[in-house]
Amino acid sequence: MHDKTLTQLAASLKSGEFSSRELTAHYLQKIEKADGKLNSFITVTGEQALKQAEAADNARAAGDKGLLTGIPLALKDIFCTRDVKTSCGSKMLDNFIAPYDATVVEKLNAAGTISLGKTNMDEFAMGSSNENSHYGPVKNPWDLNAVPGGSSGGSAAAVAAGLVPAAMGTDTGGSIRQPAAFCGITGLKPTYGRVSRYGMIAYASSLDQAGPMARSAEDCAHLMNVIAGHDVRDSTSVARGVPDYTETLNAPLSGLKIGLPKEYFGDGLDPEVESAVREAVKVYESLGATVREVSLPHTHYAIPAYYVIAPAEASSNLSRFDGVRFGHRCKDPVDLIDLYKRSRAEGFGEEVKRRILIGTHTLSEGFFDAYYTKAQKVRRLIRQDFLDAFEDVDVLMGPASPTPAFDLGAKKDPVSMYLQDIYTIAVNLAGIPGISVPAGLAGGRPVGLQILGTHFAEAQLLNVAHQYQQATDWHLQLPAFAEEHA
Amino acid sequence: MQWETVIGLEVHVQLATRSKIFSGASTAFGAEPNTQACAVDLGLPGTLPVLNEQAVAMAVQFGLAVHSDIAEVSVFDRKNYFYADLPKGYQTSQMYHPIVGPGAVDITLEDGTSKRIRIHHAHLEEDAGKSLHEDFMGMTGIDLNRAGTPLLEIVSEPDMRSAKEAAAYLKAIHSIVTYLGISDGNMAEGSMRCDVNVSVRPQGQEAFGTRAEIKNVNSFRFVERAIAFEVERQIELIEDGGSVVQETRLFDPERDETRSMRTKEEANDYRYFPCPDLLPVVLDEAYLDHLRGQLPELPADKRERFQNELGLSAYDASVLSASREMAEFFEEVHHVCGDAKQAANWVQGELAGALNRENLSITNSPISARQLGELVSRVVDDTINGKAAKQVFQALWNGQGENADEIIDAKGLKQVTDTGAIEAMIDQVIAESPAQVAQYRDAEPDKRGKMIGYFVGQVMKASRGTANPQQVNGVLKAKLDALV
Amino acid sequence: MALEESHVRRAAHLARLAVSDDQATGFVDDLSRIMDMVDQLQSIDTEGVSPLSHPLDATQRLRADEVTETNQRDTFQRCAPAVENGLYLVPRVVE
Repeated sequence: MHDKTLTQLAASLKSGEFSSRELTAHYLQKIEKADGKLNSFITVTGEQALKQAEAADNARAAGDKGLLTGIPLALKDIFCTRDVKTSCGSKMLDNFIAPYDATVVEKLNAAGTISLGKTNMDEFAMGSSNENSHYGPVKNPWDLNAVPGGSSGGSAAAVAAGLVPAAMGTDTGGSIRQPAAFCGITGLKPTYGRVSRYGMIAYASSLDQAGPMARSAEDCAHLMNVIAGHDVRDSTSVARGVPDYTETLNAPLSGLKIGLPKEYFGDGLDPEVESAVREAVKVYESLGATVREVSLPHTHYAIPAYYVIAPAEASSNLSRFDGVRFGHRCKDPVDLIDLYKRSRAEGFGEEVKRRILIGTHTLSEGFFDAYYTKAQKVRRLIRQDFLDAFEDVDVLMGPASPTPAFDLGAKKDPVSMYLQDIYTIAVNLAGIPGISVPAGLAGGRPVGLQILGTHFAEAQLLNVAHQYQQATDWHLQLPAFAEEHA
Repeated sequence: MQWETVIGLEVHVQLATRSKIFSGASTAFGAEPNTQACAVDLGLPGTLPVLNEQAVAMAVQFGLAVHSDIAEVSVFDRKNYFYADLPKGYQTSQMYHPIVGPGAVDITLEDGTSKRIRIHHAHLEEDAGKSLHEDFMGMTGIDLNRAGTPLLEIVSEPDMRSAKEAAAYLKAIHSIVTYLGISDGNMAEGSMRCDVNVSVRPQGQEAFGTRAEIKNVNSFRFVERAIAFEVERQIELIEDGGSVVQETRLFDPERDETRSMRTKEEANDYRYFPCPDLLPVVLDEAYLDHLRGQLPELPADKRERFQNELGLSAYDASVLSASREMAEFFEEVHHVCGDAKQAANWVQGELAGALNRENLSITNSPISARQLGELVSRVVDDTINGKAAKQVFQALWNGQGENADEIIDAKGLKQVTDTGAIEAMIDQVIAESPAQVAQYRDAEPDKRGKMIGYFVGQVMKASRGTANPQQVNGVLKAKLDALV
Repeated sequence: MALEESHVRRAAHLARLAVSDDQATGFVDDLSRIMDMVDQLQSIDTEGVSPLSHPLDATQRLRADEVTETNQRDTFQRCAPAVENGLYLVPRVVE
């Protein structure tokens, strides 16, 4: 079962080939057997999952025609789940049993899917390697010496290893697309506001967006049909009709205009990654697409702008973790300030502290205009780059990351880690959707092709990705780890 | 040296919405601790704010009432600081683009003149919770029921020059918000609180002195007292060669003084930035027109109309328009009886006195405006005289009848205006009072006027108060003089 | 704009993070390099560009003024470190 896509599993459940209980038990066993090596889950909710699976089987027997009824999934531990620990990868929330479900979780439950548990992640979604988790790093199933990427590293590794058919991730600067690329799976970051953020623990509110991580674009389309849409509890979610994302998957690509941003093929790009991406572009040409070079002139300012805006928002978003109403509280505080300072110092890890300090500094008196206001102006320029490009082309293509997955512990310096996100970060600043699809290997590690569209172009991205996956089979290749632990 | 006081007020008005500004939790006062603090109010991880349309409408109504420019685009910002009763570590407020722009309020001073106080702006924000300092094993308890209650902070220009002006301004704001129905204005429950900025400068100097901010003053009286103390303190300080420090002070009503709030911290740095969880609030002209159309007549307009159209004195007009409840009561009495002056006299005289004695507000009056109106109309149409009217009022107050007519009938208080009947009573009184008649006859003519009182009293008594006193007077005088 | 230890100390205080002397030195180091990278922003001409707070030009939607929440105090306080009589407890705050 582990080599089947979510779409195939749904068909099997429908035909009665196996029950959801059998399927769920199968994945739980695999997690049990293999996750000791990967560390992709923080919490496995086996008992609850089996109960949900039985309920799904009963519902199906009673005539429930829901396509995803009985499909097991995993949730990044950033989504609040009622009565289940929701840690966000942090010691701060190690004792936090969420009292409510995130909207995304509610929607997935309503669609009949089963949650196997909560996946590991960089603390508060801050990181590009999943090494910043309180629960230890996650290993890449393609090479246990390599990182899975981050921050949704647990979700990516679990799907790649066949421990779960699909998982939910979140993406603030590349946290779905980069780990999807590193682990050889398909990950979609929707347009900002397309999926509700309610119940998703905020890192940087104007950049965060949830999305599906799965084996194929088609799988992602099915999940988008469930999670996309307006939520009255999230002011920033968009009240706009949601298409059936599966309907246009097979639209032909003849005449598709592809733009290759020249800034995405410059210095620092691994040659093997580059050639894999160029090969993929050739596949598109063979499908009738035309290709031209475009420019996104402010690309190199995306990382500096991001490291002002995201930490600023984060410094404020993370103030609620003060040891008063939930979360870690230090022992024997002498006064209120001591309670705050020690609870937070003990509860947060190094990278989180760095970003809180940067954000606090750049927002403080005397620096606000030079940093925050400036970064917001640059943000407009970056968005305009994309909007201008989409005047001329339908989609943009390039690598999701300049290199394949790097080794655990290889990037000690925060800035060199940040620079890894050069191709993904601008997308969040602009709020546009992006998808990463497996497009080959470099040094035995997966390469992700990133496809970008204009605001609300998810259906088109899924169509473009799906057509590639009809013509190639990179997305079906599994790491040896998955076979060994089958 | 002559000193001039300069005062500016920041008034925080709790808006009378049913639910909170960013959540669906109730704003009702007095619930058990933390039973009205929902996930959003507690700042639980992952929760998000959604703006209450009524809070916006109320802010705009206030803006329209004080002739402000309403911002086409307003933006919520986060004010970042840590405090025990501030759940998220920031207060959602409006720093850079408030919803209500510059406006003005006219206040009436004691000498009857009016003065214009400019409003700098008013902005929406969320209230914090409450710290309870009773001893919980040496700890402070936090109740977040109030967290997220919508506040409109109304910031004046430093246009006030005395404690009296500040109090008059505060009363004017109170009157406007209660007229609009956007707040219950209950200062005891904290629905209206104010921060007072006070400074002094030598008379004639243009530059402002250094100001002190007195936080959280919660009654009209305290505002006056806090300012009076603070002004004296500052003048003394300067005259003794010291200087005023810009600081936050607290007013202690028990000791009648302000004192410095020793802050453990250096100057605050609130790191305001636009709240990324909320989008710009955009209001169009049609929306403003719609709300403009719903504005009630405001106190200033009412006062003017009472004076100009109803012919009330400036004093009466001002008292009767001070609160919406009072004004509505008066207008109903007037509507029923048709005589504005009589209506004003009765509302401010007999009714206000009775309410005062029993410590009731006009909304809890045992006599309804309609009942009072009917009673007054019986005075106006001469059905009863003033004395009988007071009896009827007392009976209505005690619930001894549904309406004035019923009581008038039951007690037989209808005024006797039949000249024949009055003459008969007078003849009888004269016949039964030979001694008094003799005195009257023997008195100097200019003393007789006073002596007639006795006879009037007897006749009224004989009529059980129902005879028309003017008539009795006239006929008596004629008959007694005929005997001279 | 060079970052100094006083900046780190001030930010740590504002953000209520206890930072030891050793840690402060490490943060000055890391944060200096991050801020050097961020300072590239200063080289772009943004004259006449208005700041962008949200990626979409959307406006705030308003919620009807209805009470939709019920009392869930017990549920919410289950994850609280210290409560008494329905109140959250903190070290004594002196006003």
